[in-house]
Amino acid sequence: MSFWEYANPKKFLAVSERVLPIFWIGAGMCLVAGLIWGFFFTPDDYRQGSTVKIIYLHVPSALMAINTWLMMLVASLIWLIRRHHVSALAARAAAPVGVAMTLIALITGALWGQPIWGTWWAWDPRLTSFMILFLFYLGYVALWQAIRDPDTAADLTSILCLVGSVFALLSRYAVLFWEQGLHQGASLSLDAEQNVADVFYWPLLLCIAGFVLLFIALVLYRTGTEIRVRRIRALMTRERMMA
Amino acid sequence: MKALLTRDLRLAVRAGGGGGLALALFLIVCVLMPLAVGPGPAMPGPIAAGVLWLGALLANLLSLDRLLALDWEDGTLDLLATAPLPMEAVVMAKALAHWITTGLPLVLAAPVLAVLLNLPAPGVPWLVLGLAVGTPALSAIGTFGAALTVGLNRGSLLMPLLVLPLQIPTLMFGADAARRGTAGLDPTTPMLLLAGLTIAIVALMPFASAAVLRVNLR
Repeated sequence: MSFWEYANPKKFLAVSERVLPIFWIGAGMCLVAGLIWGFFFTPDDYRQGSTVKIIYLHVPSALMAINTWLMMLVASLIWLIRRHHVSALAARAAAPVGVAMTLIALITGALWGQPIWGTWWAWDPRLTSFMILFLFYLGYVALWQAIRDPDTAADLTSILCLVGSVFALLSRYAVLFWEQGLHQGASLSLDAEQNVADVFYWPLLLCIAGFVLLFIALVLYRTGTEIRVRRIRALMTRERMMA
Repeated sequence: MKALLTRDLRLAVRAGGGGGLALALFLIVCVLMPLAVGPGPAMPGPIAAGVLWLGALLANLLSLDRLLALDWEDGTLDLLATAPLPMEAVVMAKALAHWITTGLPLVLAAPVLAVLLNLPAPGVPWLVLGLAVGTPALSAIGTFGAALTVGLNRGSLLMPLLVLPLQIPTLMFGADAARRGTAGLDPTTPMLLLAGLTIAIVALMPFASAAVLRVNLR
């Protein structure tokens, strides 16, 4: 029993269909519980008032926006090295989810920044590098859409993902050099003793878990759709050959 | 490789277009910008360096869709792929030819246009040096974009979205060096970073471009 068995589309579909309900329900429960807890049962911050509650959407979506790209990078590498179609399709399926996550992070950030910073947008390193990440996502999705042949598309987008990762990192550190920040430091880090006050911390953790589960569910679901699209196309080609 | 380079250069010169058009676009950007920002004797001044860098990016973009597409259509690329020359060298020659026809004229024209845009005198040498150091990287990245989109009908529409985000670091360091020079600060740090970036891009990008081109030629 090896991990690579799931690279077989049939096996992948069977397993993902069995586990998908668990992820959907888990994501729904975590998000509903976390958001209700966060929005209605945590106190207002003494300086930011109730605007602080946007953290329950902003932090998890920003986290997932970056991790989605990482997942695409890993999937692209697997495709380039081991040529598993499921891997390429998973990268393709994840990209629009990443676009959505980046947008959520940007929009919630702007909504929060307006009352607190007094501006919707500032050319701060974090904000700028997120906008750049968004552009990379758009380019990646556009390239997938543009190429007809699926294998060529998978190869080209994989290489773009690798090159893009390097340049996204470069841009990340270049903007640090370019402009001083307005954005606060990391809200959560693994090595800090206490990141956020406990009242905010637990619902936030629940929301992050919800976003992770939602991401997994969406990617599994969309990958399944991509596999079926591929199958239908193959069937139609075969039919045309027969006729 | 040398033959390929001279062939590309000769084609660019005799067929027209290429370099001249890029230079014209560069000029147009520089003329339009003061018109857009508004009149006033010292108007562009401080942002002139940024405008010139942006103009260089756009001018660099303009000729990219012809870079590989013509050779792709008439089958030259297939021949080059079977030639003893490695694909990486082919891509390198293409990028070099692109730089000589579009990047180099821009560098030479930059001082004149900088005067046109009222760029303060201490910034001019840093702008020109930055463009000279940075434009090879732009060409190398552009070649990657051209190789990615070579088989597509709408390739030139996709190109800006693919190429411009990759050029962001070069733009930032280059414009920063010129800005610091203009303000009388020490621009060596961004200049060194820009140079390092260019060296890395020029050294590594041909491998990515060649890999992409091989996929497209499959």
